[in-house]
Amino acid sequence: MTDAPAPSTPAVPPKGKSLLAQDDRTKRRNAAEKRFRAYGIAAISVGLLFLASLLWAIVQNGTPAFTQTFVNLEVALLEEKLDKNGNRDIDDIRKVSTFGYNPLINEALIVATADIETEVEDGDLKKILSASAAAIVRDFVIENPDRIGETVEFRLLTSSRVDGYLKGRVTREDLARDKNLDAAHLDLIDVMVAAGAVERVFNWDFILGADASESRPEQAGIGVSMLGSFFMMLVVLVLALPIGVAASIYLEEFAPQNKFTDLIEVNISNLAAVPSIVFGILGLAVFIQFAHLPQSAPLVGGLTLTLMTLPTIVISTRASLKAVPPSIRDAALGVGASKMQSVFHHVLPLAMPGILTGTIIGLAQALGETAPLLLIGMVGYIASNYPDGIASGFLDPNSAMPAQIYEWAKRADPAYYERAWGGIIVLLVFLLTMNIIAIILRRRFERRW
Amino acid sequence: MSIMKLTATTAAIALTATSSFARDNVQVAGSSTVLPYASIVAEAFGENFEFPTPVVESGGSSSGLKRFCEGVGENTIDIANASRAIRESEVAACAENGVTDIIEVRIGYDGIVFASQLDGPDYTAFEPADIFNALAPKVMVDGALVDNPHTMWSDFNADLPSEDILAFIPGTKHGTREVFEEKVVAAGCEATGAFEAMIASGMSEDDAEDACLAVRTDGRSVDIDGDYTETLARIDANTNAIGVFGLAFYENNTDKLKVATMSGVEPTTETISTGDYPVSRPLFFYIKAAHVGVIPGLKEFAEFFVADEVAGPDGPLAAYGLVSDPALADTQTMIADEKTM
Repeated sequence: MTDAPAPSTPAVPPKGKSLLAQDDRTKRRNAAEKRFRAYGIAAISVGLLFLASLLWAIVQNGTPAFTQTFVNLEVALLEEKLDKNGNRDIDDIRKVSTFGYNPLINEALIVATADIETEVEDGDLKKILSASAAAIVRDFVIENPDRIGETVEFRLLTSSRVDGYLKGRVTREDLARDKNLDAAHLDLIDVMVAAGAVERVFNWDFILGADASESRPEQAGIGVSMLGSFFMMLVVLVLALPIGVAASIYLEEFAPQNKFTDLIEVNISNLAAVPSIVFGILGLAVFIQFAHLPQSAPLVGGLTLTLMTLPTIVISTRASLKAVPPSIRDAALGVGASKMQSVFHHVLPLAMPGILTGTIIGLAQALGETAPLLLIGMVGYIASNYPDGIASGFLDPNSAMPAQIYEWAKRADPAYYERAWGGIIVLLVFLLTMNIIAIILRRRFERRW
Repeated sequence: MSIMKLTATTAAIALTATSSFARDNVQVAGSSTVLPYASIVAEAFGENFEFPTPVVESGGSSSGLKRFCEGVGENTIDIANASRAIRESEVAACAENGVTDIIEVRIGYDGIVFASQLDGPDYTAFEPADIFNALAPKVMVDGALVDNPHTMWSDFNADLPSEDILAFIPGTKHGTREVFEEKVVAAGCEATGAFEAMIASGMSEDDAEDACLAVRTDGRSVDIDGDYTETLARIDANTNAIGVFGLAFYENNTDKLKVATMSGVEPTTETISTGDYPVSRPLFFYIKAAHVGVIPGLKEFAEFFVADEVAGPDGPLAAYGLVSDPALADTQTMIADEKTM
């Protein structure tokens, strides 16, 4: 170590390449890496930008659907109109249809606006109210026949255009050629809002209510189709989970490796990629035309979606079974457990988090699926009755949340467009919840080896 | 274990459903033009009667009638909505599957309007000849039948704006298409003299009639297979386009669309009911007579649909845009007597 070469004279610059100065090749390689990172960041930013604008559009367009405009109105329940005989016979009272209630409501509006100066003619006043008003009053009278003859205060929905005005969707210019409402009505509404008779409040009926017809967007809710989705998911869960898990356990742990099982494996992977509309046609042919199950029933929808979800569950279950190390199986077999005991006592519990995650993701996918439902009659004016019980929940015609959203988006009245966006928010909340549950399950129970 | 029990329960429900399922609600499918009216009636029916609210699906007149003709039984529909009359071939297909007794109900009339973007070019007045000149594959130019050379509206009618021709018309599965062809395109074919020229060139009358109804395929005429909302979205995106709508749809979207007159007449419920506005058609629904008395509420629903207070001039259907039928009373007695076609 003593005969180290003397340091070269600092006056002469080094001839060789310095480690500190980059040569061209290195510069190019480093630049390529920097560029690649920039591409990556740009890709992520574009993705985030799209996500943000999508979420913004959904929230912006959808939140108005969660509030609704109501008017408090005192309606005189005249005996001579509602119960001509005066004996409060419920059958007689039922004979008066909703059309018979319209004059009472119109009269109530005339009384309520008597002090307000307006250009609106008396006969046109009813345009500010939803057509559902008569049904609400009639239901009340049938429930409480003893109240006939009194004046009762009701909370009634306003028409979709009045509601749209308070939400800023409808302007006076829009109404110039609209025969459903006039600008003069809006002046009247301004006065009534100031007086507190008309107010816009949170609308639980949107989340819990039934679908409404084309002329009453203000009354429509997503509740009944939510129940339809719930019953369908129940069918999917109780059919797809056991069948899918049993099939994967057999294929993964017991089945011999041969051409036949290879074929099955390839087919399962292919099925997972089949477009969902194909399962819709299959469901129509097998469950409705062949098995004669009822049209539009959540049971049929659930069965069809089961077919769609099975491959997803089988694939994720097989993946999580594969991830359990063979040492676990060997140890179990080594202490004398049978093959079945080793699977059910040791392998399956360890694979459970992965299986559950796959199932939940599969269910979430099925929950958002519309295409197969188009073919088995679950799109249209369908979700109008609450099911009476469990059996009727499975068998009575119903829609599903995505199908309901699709149906709303098709309807003529612009107010339904707003409801379609609102429905998307409800659906997204469900999907997010399911995905969060899947993540939590995986985080809590996952084991790494 | 509980999962297995649930599976067993579901299987049991499925089995009972196949063997002893009795449907207690009316099922309706068909024309998307009739759907709004049917849903309004179904809703009011559910409110006023003890029966459950009927189920109304859409899909177009042809697909509705096809499902209607699938046979008799609880898993077939009871009523088909149609925006055109049932065809001979469909009646035959029905009879083949055992659907022999059909009650035809005319609920009223509907106008078909041509509308464009509110702030778009001045498409305010059309004649059937204009639509034919714009959309037909072969038109008359200087007395000769030639491949359609027109690219702008002003090419054949100086009163129309000089804008590129682009029209969104209903697809062939819609009943609206038939009326559009019959009342507008065919009328224009005769008015421009193209029909005579075709006959003169040696075509048979049937062939000439079919040739009259064809539309050009170079992308200036676009078939819309979806609903009017799809046409509206296309109009929103194309300033120079015109679209074909139902009157009721237009009246709900007057903040976005402006309507054009046809042969100088503005489409309103009045001009349609008097017959002045040329492009209108009756709307129908068809009842499977074999289901009357089997499906609870079917006859009541049909009677309610055409009741004066529902389908009459002051009823909710007219308020939505239906032109009520002056002969409604005949229809009412026809349903009461269950008179089949």
